[in-house]
Amino acid sequence: MGSAVIIARRELAAYFATPVAVVFIVIFLAMQGALTFNVGHFFDRNQADLVPFFTYLPWVLLLLVPALTMRQWAEERRGGSIELLLTLPITPWHAVLGKFLAAWAFCTLAILLTFPFVVTVNYLGHPDNGAIAAGYVGALLLAGSFLSIGAALSAATKNQVIAFVLAVAACFLLLAAGTATVSELLTRLSPDLAHIVRLASVADRFNNFTRGVIAARDVLYFASVMAFFLFLATLVVGEKRAD
Amino acid sequence: MSETLIDIANLTKRFGAFTAVDRVSFSVARGEVLGFLGPNGAGKSTTMRMLAGFVRPTSGHASICGYDVQDEAVKARNCLGYLPEGAPAYRDMSVDDFLRFIGRIRGFDGAELRERVQHAVALTNLQDVSRLLIETLSKGTARRVGLAQALLHDPDVLVLDEPTDGLDPNQKHQIRALIRHMAPRKAIIISTHILEEVDAVCTRAIILAHGQIVADDTPLGLSRLHHTGRLEDVFRSLTVPDAA
Repeated sequence: MGSAVIIARRELAAYFATPVAVVFIVIFLAMQGALTFNVGHFFDRNQADLVPFFTYLPWVLLLLVPALTMRQWAEERRGGSIELLLTLPITPWHAVLGKFLAAWAFCTLAILLTFPFVVTVNYLGHPDNGAIAAGYVGALLLAGSFLSIGAALSAATKNQVIAFVLAVAACFLLLAAGTATVSELLTRLSPDLAHIVRLASVADRFNNFTRGVIAARDVLYFASVMAFFLFLATLVVGEKRAD
Repeated sequence: MSETLIDIANLTKRFGAFTAVDRVSFSVARGEVLGFLGPNGAGKSTTMRMLAGFVRPTSGHASICGYDVQDEAVKARNCLGYLPEGAPAYRDMSVDDFLRFIGRIRGFDGAELRERVQHAVALTNLQDVSRLLIETLSKGTARRVGLAQALLHDPDVLVLDEPTDGLDPNQKHQIRALIRHMAPRKAIIISTHILEEVDAVCTRAIILAHGQIVADDTPLGLSRLHHTGRLEDVFRSLTVPDAA
């Protein structure tokens, strides 16, 4: 664990040593703002809540999180530093976990920087701040899940573009599987399949959080997704380290 | 016979149909500086990578300080200072930050960490550049950063892939003096293309060709393998089939 934290600190500093951090945060906030206010008709709804904000957040994360993870291992391979990192007295798990923790901490910062939305709804009316807080918890877990998927795919390919596209596709599947459109389509084919697919999707789980419900099974679901993909990333890094 | 710190037995690495390293066996004891020679592609770097636990061997074993580099990787690496080929580093960090990062991973903290970093910086003469970003350094200076990283925890075993590549003559002289100075307390392997380096620092040399050991002797013993007595001629006769 200690080594993972040391690696996480270095990774986090590296985000801020390059324009990556600033570009990411600015684009994230701009997209989230535009979607919430313009597409989501934040003001026209005349309701003091963050429903439009949380509706679009998964889709923005879907696009931006893979941009954060695609460089995780590709950069190490390109510069050769992977050989240095993986011959230090650590296990691949420490390296994977460290990189994940850094990316997660960074995403947490970006998500917390959306606090003006919370201030705005509180200024305009009396929102359910408990539900908003739960929504934020859900957003962090969702970001963590997407990050772990991105980490596994970044470990699997040297090519950053491939890592990005595959991660977006994988996160999209996980998210879209729970949307009404897909559910209706699958129900017509097989109701059982539709049910299973919905259970596997992040959409319903995340929506529970935004309604203010933090259920143990939903937390467990996100934790399992993260654990599974980080485990996968560790296996891949261990096997493909020198390729 | 002094204590064996590096032991390699029948180490083999195949990439598809190509055999990069073919049943290489040798051991290195404390006090020895082993020069690793051979033409490009002879398998020097691959052997060193397997020893460092980066490349998994197809078959055979390697151990450092008695720990198997695959099965007890973390213990083996605690005894090892490794300079990979090309001296990779996190180029967006300053020399100081980079060495502090390595030191923390090696388990140092507080005053001890500061001392270790200062000592490694002094040994490799990096005092003037310690606050600069590694990406701004010349090739030779970046190589010395890689060396400082490998020496930081004063390991029993050093595996250095071309430690003097890109260094100017003065820097080469310094690094060789440093290696000679450390030699009695450690087991050291250095790979090099510079044959004069073998006479300058090595107590023993191995010549690899096509993944196999073709000679393993002291520099003096090696020079007797060719009638001219020149290492250059020995090297050519052993590694170019028709030159003999």
